[in-house]
Amino acid sequence: MKAIDSEFVENLAIGASLLGAGGGGDPYIGKLLASEAIETFGSPKLIDHLAVPDDAVCVMVASMGAPTVAVERLPSGDELHVAILSLQRYISKGITHLVGLEIGGMNSMLPIVSAARTQLPLVDCDAMGRAFPELQMCTPSLFGKSTSPMALADESGNTVVIDSTSNLKTERIARRITIEMGAVSYIALYPLSGKELKETMIPGTISLAKDIGYEMSKTRAKGDDVLNSLLRLTKGIPLFEGKITDVDRKTQDGFARGTVELTGYGSCLKDKFKVSFQNENLIAELNGRVVATVPDLICFVAPDTCRPITTEELRYGLRVVVIGIPCDFRWRTERGLQLVGPNCFGYDLKFTPVERMVKQFVR
Amino acid sequence: MHIRIGVDVGGTNTDAVAFSKNELIAVTKSPTTQDVTSGVTNAILGLIKFGRLQPKEVSAVMVGTTHFVNALIESKHLIPTAVVRLCGKTTQAIHPFRDWPLRLREAIQAETFFLEGGHEFDGRTIGTLNLSQIDDVIEKINNAGIRAVAISSVFSPLNQSHELFVAQRFYEHAPNISVSISSEIGRIGFLERENATILNACLKDIAEKIVSALQRSLIELGIYCKLFISQNDGTLMSAAHANRYPITTFASGPTNSMRGAAYLSGQTDCAVIDIGGTTTDIGILRSGYPREASSAVSVNGVRTNFRMPDVVSIGLGGGSIVRDNGCLTVGPDSVGYNIRSEALIFGGKTLTATDLAVASGRGVIGDPSRVEHLDPGIVRDGLELIQLTIGQALETMATSSEPIPVVLVGGGHLICGNEIKSAKSVVRPPNLDVANAVGSAISQIGSQVDQIISVTPSTREHAIESLRRETISRCATAGALAQSIEIIDIEEIPLAYLPAGSVRMQMRAVGNLDFSRDPNKIT
Repeated sequence: MKAIDSEFVENLAIGASLLGAGGGGDPYIGKLLASEAIETFGSPKLIDHLAVPDDAVCVMVASMGAPTVAVERLPSGDELHVAILSLQRYISKGITHLVGLEIGGMNSMLPIVSAARTQLPLVDCDAMGRAFPELQMCTPSLFGKSTSPMALADESGNTVVIDSTSNLKTERIARRITIEMGAVSYIALYPLSGKELKETMIPGTISLAKDIGYEMSKTRAKGDDVLNSLLRLTKGIPLFEGKITDVDRKTQDGFARGTVELTGYGSCLKDKFKVSFQNENLIAELNGRVVATVPDLICFVAPDTCRPITTEELRYGLRVVVIGIPCDFRWRTERGLQLVGPNCFGYDLKFTPVERMVKQFVR
Repeated sequence: MHIRIGVDVGGTNTDAVAFSKNELIAVTKSPTTQDVTSGVTNAILGLIKFGRLQPKEVSAVMVGTTHFVNALIESKHLIPTAVVRLCGKTTQAIHPFRDWPLRLREAIQAETFFLEGGHEFDGRTIGTLNLSQIDDVIEKINNAGIRAVAISSVFSPLNQSHELFVAQRFYEHAPNISVSISSEIGRIGFLERENATILNACLKDIAEKIVSALQRSLIELGIYCKLFISQNDGTLMSAAHANRYPITTFASGPTNSMRGAAYLSGQTDCAVIDIGGTTTDIGILRSGYPREASSAVSVNGVRTNFRMPDVVSIGLGGGSIVRDNGCLTVGPDSVGYNIRSEALIFGGKTLTATDLAVASGRGVIGDPSRVEHLDPGIVRDGLELIQLTIGQALETMATSSEPIPVVLVGGGHLICGNEIKSAKSVVRPPNLDVANAVGSAISQIGSQVDQIISVTPSTREHAIESLRRETISRCATAGALAQSIEIIDIEEIPLAYLPAGSVRMQMRAVGNLDFSRDPNKIT
């Protein structure tokens, strides 16, 4: 068991930004929310997922909606709490543990806000191991667990509980309600028993994100090779180093889609690289050949500092290092790929683990 | 005859230029003074003498200064500021001043109030304004003796009516309190906009002091015309407006230099490399205006979302120190404004970048015989290194792999040769060392709108047209000549995770200053 303090939050924000794989939203507002909540209510406790009793009642918390709105109409501070209470009333069981839905980006911070407020323990795990655009793209879905009942709350205290027939339907209904709530809602969902949690969630991701942030600030202070520490922690693979030579963006169906092209330098001199993204980075190609695909993580970082770079920041001339990080093994199963594989994002590609693809290519 | 005078108050020099119609008729440089005003007076006086101008022919004076913001760095002359949020129950979880540098926070922070009001992204209200609640807060602030207040309403860039209403109430009930409203200052992004509004409010005293001193000194010079101050985006505001919105001047320097470079060279789409004594700034001009940075901008440690020119700054200038300790280096340290005593060509003992340029025969400054002894290898390698560094920085700013035309300005321009990597052509326009003041003199009146609107294919044209009219009418109200107003920038950003048709539309217009207006001449 660990106490989450403001230094923890700072480091977590860096790691969460990396695990957003280019998307997930800026954790800045979330970081301020978390520090403010810790100052007001005290440090929440982070516990190992194995320490959760089988009969525990666990609930995930997050926000959903438009990032553009989330930076303008900020939370009241009560909405997650209201959503949790509303869900608790509906399931008629006392909630004992809080869990994060999405470790990548802004949503990494909200469970800390709730845990500080409720003083319930936060479990060190999440349901994505990265960032994804939709609610059903969660590991418990693979085990037939239901997103709903799910509670949504807005800043004014309005709540809605959805109890639906499929996870996809929950996503669609929740999206409509979120618009009515002002394009951002705060949600409590996926009620799981402690046993189910241990079977279905990706363990240790909060600690991992914090460690990434910690290593990056620590090794930077020592002047060591930050990239090596980063690769060691994430089991990541360097895919490319180069300069961005073209960024092409378009918005389709409410998603920021686009491609970015790079020309290599250093060990990649004369090579060409291309990454396609839809909020998150999805497909990476080296000289026209696919070397990494979703659900593996494709991340841009700055060459010296390894500061994570989001897709919004990509622009011509920027020098970057691209790394591939293996996703959780659950996503690589047949069911996992049916839910979050390249096909789900409109690419007619077969998924091959990034570590194997890179090895093939080198040979 | 209409004469326009442009002034740039720099760290070292105050430059002034005079234009008659579109012709540059006089140029002066004089040292910047501690009080700013006497430096400006001296520069204009020099201009009048040198250009044989009649003070009464001057019809506008435009001053570019970042002096207001220097007060923030020292945390001096700042006034305590109350913060009012119009947000209903929303937007309370992060309090004002969170994440501010402690010293600044202690100098400024007064009470905070969360009131009913604010809007949703689609224009619905979060809650209706509560008159008795507002009056109550005005009374509290007034009784506490606080003289400045910053008002921010949720989504006010879309709809500023709530902020305007509360500001009006302040004017009526507590006319001595100065009110800053966020919709006049920033764009979407609540905390950043509120931060900028607070910074603006606390600068009120210093702004009034400097603006009125500038106005007095013009009168003393016999110049009875309108005074304008340049803003970050290269447009002008009246002296009266500058009293109320001092924060919008803080980055006018790089903008003026780039706009001046465009004017002097006649190029509107190019890169501008401004080489000073210590640093080189590189930015990109599009249709004559600087390309803006997209990320958050820190003003003295406070996060804001100002429109700022996207500029890369490198530690390389005319005074950069050259060292050869096995490995040749140029900068980043510089002799700065001591170049006239420390550089070899001026009889000093420090080898600077300018010495290399003179030794290579690029130009004659100081006494070239003092650098004749330099090892030609070091001169060549040093200049090559400078060329490489500038070329690399330029490359990061370009938007495509196409070579880009370059305009070189600034007092240190000689250190850079004409062979710059990824440059299509290199132009050194006449009067390139006063590009800043020229930029100030040619500034225009501007306006902008930033709204989230819902459009369908059938209503899109109509929606854009109505925004266009709104932007143009704001520009005319601000003092632009109606027939000269044009829309220079339309950005349409569809919003992720919202139903198709929700777009954020940003539009900007500029127009020439209407000299015929305001016959009383002094604002």
